[in-house]
Amino acid sequence: MDLHDFPALFQQKIDSETKIEPLDWMPDAYRKTLIRQISQHAHSEVVGMLPEGNWISRAPSLKRKAILIAKVQDEAGHGLYLYSSCETLGTSREATINDLHSGKAKYSSIFNYPTLTWADMGAIGWLVDGAAILNQVMLCRTSYGPYARAMVRICKEESFHQRQGFDILYTLSKGTDEQKAMCQDAINRWWWPSLMMFGPKDSESNNTDQSMKWKIKRKTNDELRQQFVDMCAEQVKVLNMTLPDQELKWNTETQHYDFGEINWDEFWNVVKGNGPCNKERLDARRKAHDEGEWVREAAKAYAKKRAGKNKHIAA
Amino acid sequence: MQSFIKKYYYGDIPDDVAGSTTVISKEINKDATWPLWEVFIRSKQGLDHKHAGSLHAADAQMAIENARDVYTRRNEGVSIWVVESKYIHSTNPDEAESFYEPAADKIYRHPTFYDLPDAVKHM
Ligand SMILES: [Fe+2]
Ligand SMILES: [Fe+2]
Repeated sequence: MDLHDFPALFQQKIDSETKIEPLDWMPDAYRKTLIRQISQHAHSEVVGMLPEGNWISRAPSLKRKAILIAKVQDEAGHGLYLYSSCETLGTSREATINDLHSGKAKYSSIFNYPTLTWADMGAIGWLVDGAAILNQVMLCRTSYGPYARAMVRICKEESFHQRQGFDILYTLSKGTDEQKAMCQDAINRWWWPSLMMFGPKDSESNNTDQSMKWKIKRKTNDELRQQFVDMCAEQVKVLNMTLPDQELKWNTETQHYDFGEINWDEFWNVVKGNGPCNKERLDARRKAHDEGEWVREAAKAYAKKRAGKNKHIAA
Repeated sequence: MQSFIKKYYYGDIPDDVAGSTTVISKEINKDATWPLWEVFIRSKQGLDHKHAGSLHAADAQMAIENARDVYTRRNEGVSIWVVESKYIHSTNPDEAESFYEPAADKIYRHPTFYDLPDAVKHM
């Protein structure tokens, strides 16, 4: 092999499980795919704070409130880890955030659904964080070093998110008839959107599977989704609740649960901006960013002034 | 986007199918952007500081405080260093082979190079 055959050397590294680091040569398309994927992931963490933030001031107890604040704060941190790893690919933070606010960049559609009751905090932790964890555990082994390291850090923090969600639902499931109904209603509303989180079916996609070849991803959408269904179908029994799917049943042959068809029209509709809360979420992000502008400016001016003063003392 | 990437996964909706959200472009206000800092954390006394990640902050003090808030929320550190990313210099990975070459043929630097009689225990 020619010493300067960069694409071949690159693929050889990937195949031998050597991580790619920021200064290494990489194909343009690899860089672009990563930038798109990591920034969408970062935006999801940040926008994901909104549906839950909605319930911080209305949490049923001080304990639940403290837990929810801690969880939402973690998600802000996840956004930061991911924005940072995106920056190692040569993008600027401002441009990345600008793409979200301009409507150019996407985030996970799940956050375009409203949080109507307290039980939704439970369903989000259990189902939405649960689905995200399966994806993120896989990404801990992704081929790009900074992305993989961010994922390891995130996964360590995620484990309490799913547990606290399940704990909320479990408590409701032991409560009054009204609380039980609230628990079941939240599961009913979040189940299908959670399944959609894994993205379109494998059969929908082209046979050229560059992301897998580059080991950015290591499992297909359908593999992850099946893993999720198998996990939840068992856990829901502990809650004495049901998943809203008539076709859900154990298949002794495949040793997996069969499940019903996802409403793909709804999926694409929400992706394209027509979900129940798309506009509200983006407006909230833009407002927060715009209203914070004077703070960012002031902090910068203050830092400059203080740097000038220190120089004066040193001289 | 290069056209041969057809498949997409969770958290990765390509531009061509992402739909028609109205794009409202905004100028970036340079006066409101902060520099990038690298964060190093000592997880406990006796260990080295280790690179933890990076963040944006107006100055060193703010960088340290932000680093505390994002990288040590679960007691991951007892000491934090921050340095503005632009001051970090690095080797060039493309020259790695020749750069580290001088060390490659000096196997006598490793204890395994020396074949001592069994009678010499623990050396
Ligand atoms: Fe997260
Ligand atoms: Fe989470």
